[in-house]
Amino acid sequence: MASHAGGLVEAASFWWRERPSQRSLRRDGRRWTLWTAAIATPFFAAGGFLLWLEPLTFPVAAGSFAHGWLIPELYARRGAGSVVPIGSVGSARRRPGASERAERTALGLLGDLVGHEQRDLLRRAGLAMERGRLGVWLVGEQGAILVRPGGRRTDCWCVRIAEPGTLPAGDRVAHLLLALREDEEGFATVANLAFSGATWRVRRRMPKLSRPALDAARAAARAGG
Amino acid sequence: MARLIRLDRSGHTTLAEWAPEDATAHEAAIEAFRRELDAGMLASVSHADGSAEVVRELPRDADLVVLRRPIAGG
Repeated sequence: MASHAGGLVEAASFWWRERPSQRSLRRDGRRWTLWTAAIATPFFAAGGFLLWLEPLTFPVAAGSFAHGWLIPELYARRGAGSVVPIGSVGSARRRPGASERAERTALGLLGDLVGHEQRDLLRRAGLAMERGRLGVWLVGEQGAILVRPGGRRTDCWCVRIAEPGTLPAGDRVAHLLLALREDEEGFATVANLAFSGATWRVRRRMPKLSRPALDAARAAARAGG
Repeated sequence: MARLIRLDRSGHTTLAEWAPEDATAHEAAIEAFRRELDAGMLASVSHADGSAEVVRELPRDADLVVLRRPIAGG
């Protein structure tokens, strides 16, 4: 994906935000991991301390361990849930009153925008895959997943149409896909980071139908984009 | 034949079509294009290399110009 001069118009409103780069994403990823560890570790420490103090406190200690384990899971769930693949729970396609004709028309255009390989994935998984300089993107209706080079770390971004109204699901993805293609770094500047962590953690929290898209993105990221 | 389309509630609407040598049709397309930009839409032209470009003037030689709404952080 090449970029053209001018960049994303919407990114100009976020002048105080740093335009993401591989380096800044690595730094933010490390910060995210440290923050998560800082929140989860006290629960593990407290559980261990209780067991050391009195083994009979095992049920309470187990609860503390569970809390520590649950925190990164909740973050991953929030990240994976923010993307909204076409046809999933929360998709515009499933809203009451959605026009099947409009949905088909929108999907047809979106299919024209993506390549042949991605078209099949889009149909099966409800996410549009796009290779970029920062990694491999999976674009949904209300956000995007970025599988970083190597495939081990994944960032989830919340980004949507400012005034979506009654736009069909395919159009929502097309909006984000076009914006991403116009300016990848600008797109990530406008978007809000909802999660950064292990790809396997995000995968477990994605709808089953959409997991093949993450697998394909991870394979593409491992292969070098 | 080049097309100017708007992503909207119907999926998309074709606002104008023109051939590069048809000046009248291109002028009509420019008018429709400006109306949409004035209404807050953004125009995007896709390129063969997979990138897209925001345009403020309607290119005569583009195959497809897509009008989209602005995006925002979630």
